[in-house]
Amino acid sequence: MDFLRPATWEDALAMKAARPDATPIQGGTDVMVEINLDKGRPTALLDLNPVAELSRWSWTAGPAPMLRVGAGVTYTRLIAELGGWLPGLAQASRTVGSPQIRNRGTLVGNLGAASPAGDGHPPLLASGALVEAESVRGTRLIPIGEFYMGVKRNALEGDELIRAVHVPPAAGPQCFAKVGTRNAMVIAVCSFAVALDLRARRAGTGIGSAAPTPRRAHAAEEFLAGELDWDGAGPVDPALARRFGELVAEAAAPIDDVRGRADYRRHALAVMARRALGWAWAEREV
Amino acid sequence: MDARITLRVDGRVRPLALDTRTTLLDALRDHLSVTSPKKGCDHGQCGACTVLLDGRRVVSCLILAVTCDGAEVTTAQGLAQEGEPHPVQRAFLEKDAFQCGFCTPGQVCSAVGMLEEVKAGHPSEVTDDLTGPVTLDDEEIRERLSGNLCRCGAYVNIVAALREEAES
Repeated sequence: MDFLRPATWEDALAMKAARPDATPIQGGTDVMVEINLDKGRPTALLDLNPVAELSRWSWTAGPAPMLRVGAGVTYTRLIAELGGWLPGLAQASRTVGSPQIRNRGTLVGNLGAASPAGDGHPPLLASGALVEAESVRGTRLIPIGEFYMGVKRNALEGDELIRAVHVPPAAGPQCFAKVGTRNAMVIAVCSFAVALDLRARRAGTGIGSAAPTPRRAHAAEEFLAGELDWDGAGPVDPALARRFGELVAEAAAPIDDVRGRADYRRHALAVMARRALGWAWAEREV
Repeated sequence: MDARITLRVDGRVRPLALDTRTTLLDALRDHLSVTSPKKGCDHGQCGACTVLLDGRRVVSCLILAVTCDGAEVTTAQGLAQEGEPHPVQRAFLEKDAFQCGFCTPGQVCSAVGMLEEVKAGHPSEVTDDLTGPVTLDDEEIRERLSGNLCRCGAYVNIVAALREEAES
């Protein structure tokens, strides 16, 4: 196993171009598990820790600025520094692994691994994030909905690295929910995120661990945009919330596996989506 | 493939030549004979290998030592000052917060890191007010130490030890 240590981002891109087989490593909380359990040893590791700029975040320019979260920003820092703007993502981040994992692990690592169960994906889908991928050939922004290609497969080319993820600041309440067997260190049985945009009167959704890739529930989003009483006071109409839950469950394509059965996942998704909508809506009233 | 690095472990500068595949945990235990961090599961589940890396608690089994060149590593062994146990270590002793002791060095490092996180105002999954100061009640202690398993089930006394420490 070769170990590549670029000092700068440019070095990292050059090394990735020369060694497309190299696995990038930052916090290591995912890559190292595979190595320690001997599930397959990468031919080379590309250590991005020395590239200091990756651990910064900033605002993008333009009329609708987004938060540009560098590939080295840990979950702990995301929670502490960005939670006010990205409440759904911060809520999901507070459930990732354990405190020790969150001190090392990164949101962009979640994207690189592209596990359907990654906790970061549903809120990124619900917010409409963009993945900033770069290679020696140039930079491109991949809409999050086009990023996940299959189980643990993403849209990156062999010579590309993720430099950052761009996330729009919340335009309304957001909520994340997941089901698991233990509080810490759990791989989600299924998970769900909703983001309400009170100005545009739109809702974003994200489903985790209930299809080959994380995915949105488009029909459920359209239903809320059209049917939710956006000006209404008081709680969400229970029938509407239930229908929303059903539409979310219908958007999933779960399987039976060691963590749960497909029909359980569908049921749990419907319940989580119904509740998450209610919780998010209640926050709006405060 | 070998690499030369330097770690500062429990206050001592320790130069090392090691295979780049070596984890921080193996470097500490097998290369430096610092055996207080324990290898429980070797994939981040149990927390027995928890150390403080530049002041933050991490599981040393999921970190390659070569990525830690120049870093400050504190193990439970290094928490004692001039022969006096760290206040968290003393609280564990006074509350009988262990049985076999295998997980204890990790629990102690995790607790020390946790108290710093609370001081810095970091919210947890069970924190209601995300912006205010954190009140370290039993629910918060349990959530914040949820990355450390104790197979003897000494949790009740671990919580008691840290409740006392939080109040002092």
